[in-house]
Amino acid sequence: MEEEYEGGIVKKFMFVNRKAPYGTVYALEVLEMVLISAAFDQDVHVAFLDDGVFQIKKGQDTKDLGMKNFSPTYRALEGYDIEKLFVERESLEERGLTEDDLLVDVEVISRADMAKLMGEMDVVMTA
Amino acid sequence: MKFGILVNEGPYNHQASDSAYRFAKAAIDKGHQIYRVFFYYDGVLNATKHSDPPSDDRNVVKNWQKLAEDHKVDLVVCVAAGMRRGIVEDSLAPGFRISGLGQLIEAGIQSDRLVTFGD
Amino acid sequence: MSTLHTVNKSPFERSSLQSCLDHALEGDSVLLMEDAVVAAMAGTAMAPKLADAANSVKLFVLGPDLKARGLDAAGVVAGIGVVDYDGFVDLAAENSTVQAWL
Repeated sequence: MEEEYEGGIVKKFMFVNRKAPYGTVYALEVLEMVLISAAFDQDVHVAFLDDGVFQIKKGQDTKDLGMKNFSPTYRALEGYDIEKLFVERESLEERGLTEDDLLVDVEVISRADMAKLMGEMDVVMTA
Repeated sequence: MKFGILVNEGPYNHQASDSAYRFAKAAIDKGHQIYRVFFYYDGVLNATKHSDPPSDDRNVVKNWQKLAEDHKVDLVVCVAAGMRRGIVEDSLAPGFRISGLGQLIEAGIQSDRLVTFGD
Repeated sequence: MSTLHTVNKSPFERSSLQSCLDHALEGDSVLLMEDAVVAAMAGTAMAPKLADAANSVKLFVLGPDLKARGLDAAGVVAGIGVVDYDGFVDLAAENSTVQAWL
């Protein structure tokens, strides 16, 4: 729950990613939202489930699309003190992926634990 | 109670903006406060003064504008998402203002509930 | 602490309703709105799933969205409550968080 911290409110925020990158802009603009949130000293969580797990798949190369490959930015989140990255195990498995396919350090959790974690949030941002 | 509202889609491709407007209106009528409506992604297109729908259709942009007029609702368009899509200060219908994405995070912090409408 | 989950896409087109039901906790509420209202009707292939979900979560459907699509509120799966926008606002206020499954 929210608590007072250094004079301000600290809430549990979760940014939920359920969509693959590039086909739509959501992954990129959610990432921009996550980066901005770092300036507000909130308790930020980033979740990847369903097709959202493809956002952090290793080896993305967008040269032939002429679009920006923004996947390295996920690795930069740590530098903004955004370290609570969660990936749903069942979502990986359903898509033939394992933790080794991911380009950033994450905590792989079960669908049941993801559900529980979501239930603890104060603000959930989705796109 | 204070509600924050996030609109992810433009005015006519998706129902999102209409649903958000109905929700905001119902909340105000019930005595709640809308802390802010934030327009992000293609949602920034809800702010264009150039929208001119046929007269037998609802005017989504005007609906928002009127809500801002009648109830002092803060309608904020994301600057970065707007620039990508050609929505800048000069494009804004009255009642909307452009600001940073931080205004959305702040709405999440200050509102009792943040309700998202999208695709 | 409880969550109002909103779903706005038909389960015959997208997986968001399934994903929502897979993550909603006991005592949470789920509101079907926009194109998701088609999932509320009795007699669809989704109906058994919805009836089952009604055992652990509270299910609601947005009446104006049913009506717009020519769907009769009297024909929804037993256990699904029909609400208007006022009811939507109440649900958002009664639960501590609102999570949209987009």
